[in-house]
Amino acid sequence: MNDTPAVASAMARSYKYGFVTPIESDTIPQGLDEEVIRLISFKKQEPEFMLEWRLAAYRLWLEMTEPNWSSVRYPPIDYQGISYYSAPVGNPGTVALEDVDPALLATYEKLGIPLDERLTLAGVAVDAVFDSVSVATTHQKKLAEMGILFCSMSEALQKHGALVHRYLGSVVPPEDNFFAALNAAVFSDGTFCYIPPGVRCPMELSTYFRINAARTGQFERTLIIADEYSQVGYLEGCSAPQRDRNQLHAAVVELIAMEGAEIAYSTVQNWYPGDAEGRGGIYNFVTKRGECRGDHSRISWTQVETGSAITWKYPSVILRGAGSSGRFHSVALTNHHQQADTGTKMIHIGPNTSSTILSKGISAGHGHNAYRGLVKVLPGASGARNHSQCDSLLLGEHCSAHTHPYLEVKNHSARVEHEATTSRISEDQLFYCRQRGLSNEEAVSLIVNGFCQEVLRELPMEFSVEARKLLAVSLEGSVG
Amino acid sequence: MNILEISNLHVAVMDKPILRGLELELKPGEVHAIMGPNGSGKSTLANLLAGREECQVTAGSVFYQGENLLVMAPEERAGKGLFLGFQNPVELPGISNVRLLKEAFNARQRHRGLPAMDALAFRDHLDQRSKRLGLSGEWLLRPVNVGFSGGEKKRNELLQMMVLEPRLAILDEIDSGLDIDALALVAEGINAMRDAQRSMLLITHYPRLLDLVHPDHVHVLMEGRIILSGGMALAQDLEKQGYGWLEEVAT
Repeated sequence: MNDTPAVASAMARSYKYGFVTPIESDTIPQGLDEEVIRLISFKKQEPEFMLEWRLAAYRLWLEMTEPNWSSVRYPPIDYQGISYYSAPVGNPGTVALEDVDPALLATYEKLGIPLDERLTLAGVAVDAVFDSVSVATTHQKKLAEMGILFCSMSEALQKHGALVHRYLGSVVPPEDNFFAALNAAVFSDGTFCYIPPGVRCPMELSTYFRINAARTGQFERTLIIADEYSQVGYLEGCSAPQRDRNQLHAAVVELIAMEGAEIAYSTVQNWYPGDAEGRGGIYNFVTKRGECRGDHSRISWTQVETGSAITWKYPSVILRGAGSSGRFHSVALTNHHQQADTGTKMIHIGPNTSSTILSKGISAGHGHNAYRGLVKVLPGASGARNHSQCDSLLLGEHCSAHTHPYLEVKNHSARVEHEATTSRISEDQLFYCRQRGLSNEEAVSLIVNGFCQEVLRELPMEFSVEARKLLAVSLEGSVG
Repeated sequence: MNILEISNLHVAVMDKPILRGLELELKPGEVHAIMGPNGSGKSTLANLLAGREECQVTAGSVFYQGENLLVMAPEERAGKGLFLGFQNPVELPGISNVRLLKEAFNARQRHRGLPAMDALAFRDHLDQRSKRLGLSGEWLLRPVNVGFSGGEKKRNELLQMMVLEPRLAILDEIDSGLDIDALALVAEGINAMRDAQRSMLLITHYPRLLDLVHPDHVHVLMEGRIILSGGMALAQDLEKQGYGWLEEVAT
């Protein structure tokens, strides 16, 4: 395949979520010190333990150095040049839907996420996070009737402080890594879910993250607890305006599944990827980890990563409970100058634990795509099983794909399998589709869709349709 | 107006001359068969007509329904009703037959300025045709050509032709790898598609298919040119005597 520069530039990628909402924001000055952390905690009227936790994390962070082991490359981040809190004026925290600024409602409407409960997708409850704060959470009442807590992290800290205190940081402690420590110090909001024992959540829960303000970072924390024998599906989506400067998004997600519980977490990541020359875009440096704490619990991560200038994340599962299982299904697409270093860690601690990894990487343009995954079987994990499959698809001559599987097996009864393939879209496949009337772009998009099919079918229906469209849009300009 | 008009066509593949002064004319509704030994340029002709890039035209012209075919992109040719049934159809992992057929059908609709057919109506359109070829509904959900036997691949090509209803169908060795029953089904499908407007170009090694289809014209392609044309009698001669006796004519 040739990627003729003239054609590629004529087909500059269309990022349809690149608009800015003109809204007055309460943005604190750029820079980070203990005063800033106190200010964030004060603005959010947090319980005392949170401020202490944040300050301890901040002091840890000061001692840590930014990791450089991944394959992604970027100029040094000026942590003093970021504003760590920006909230639309008049929305100090979660308010009743009727009181949400119409400009914000219109923004989410435009993003395809109507917050009016009558208009929302059937069976999906949404927590809408705008810059540093949650601006609305839908269907709370209906969920509360079943004992399900679904609210912003700010609200959870006010109303369910003890629960938050018990679980926050129990899967991803602040000392885990540089960005986790930074997040613990400055996180401003996020989503909290608690599913009581035996309850099957009747709708998909979701969070939609929107970065709007310039020169801010978004640091949110999501905490999901599925109590014994409960079940929940969760989805996150995200987007940001088109800007020439890079913006940092450093989130932490913690999942806890108790005995017999099941959490399915899906991500459709569409942060602004930067332009065709690699200017701007989001740095998506995220720590996501779930713990199968109870026996026979299950956690699955499904991700479709098409956005961001840099994606750097390894949604992982700690398989502590006997017979627990973890799954990771991923599609990561990099076009133009995007970089992705993503994968998973499956840590087998309990006996008869199992994990499945299915990773599909697509590189186009000058995209750089790396799968990095660790399967670790500890001595106690008798009968542990893992199957990993990592496939890479290359479009064009200037992109790259790498696979870095790490296996550490300390129990002889464990069975661990790894398969990897790298392929190119063949001229024959393209010609076949074009002979059937599809344009070159349609043909590439169809073939890429086929390549990702096994992952896409793991997504809830509506999102799988959305993900297919996103893949098509993200490939624009990738073929001559 | 002729459906296809090829004059003095010279084509090279990787700088090697393959077609050398080919002449051919197809009128609406006509079925032509092209026979010839291996390496005579039959598949090059099929690929060239479909717009494959490696086929470089060094001289001559090809007009399709009065328009210069050689300047059109492959998808434009398809949009204008030119269909190639591939000799070796490629696998498309993860894409179901029904999905490809729908995308292809709607691409054709778009090209004709027609709206996409709704899912139910398309399903009907498809079911009628797949039944005729003995292909089950479950089969339609399998990924395109993945793990198909040779015969299944050929029937799949024919199904695509029946769904897309082209003006000109070029079938490149649609009969190879078929057992007798499958051959009869394929021939039946081809015959069912014949009408006063639709033209077909059948490329084949064997007269077996031609016995069932009865083409209007039979041509022998050798050394990059059509060296002899005739009717069914010519095909029968070739079956009896092979191509050897024609070598003199060719040179």
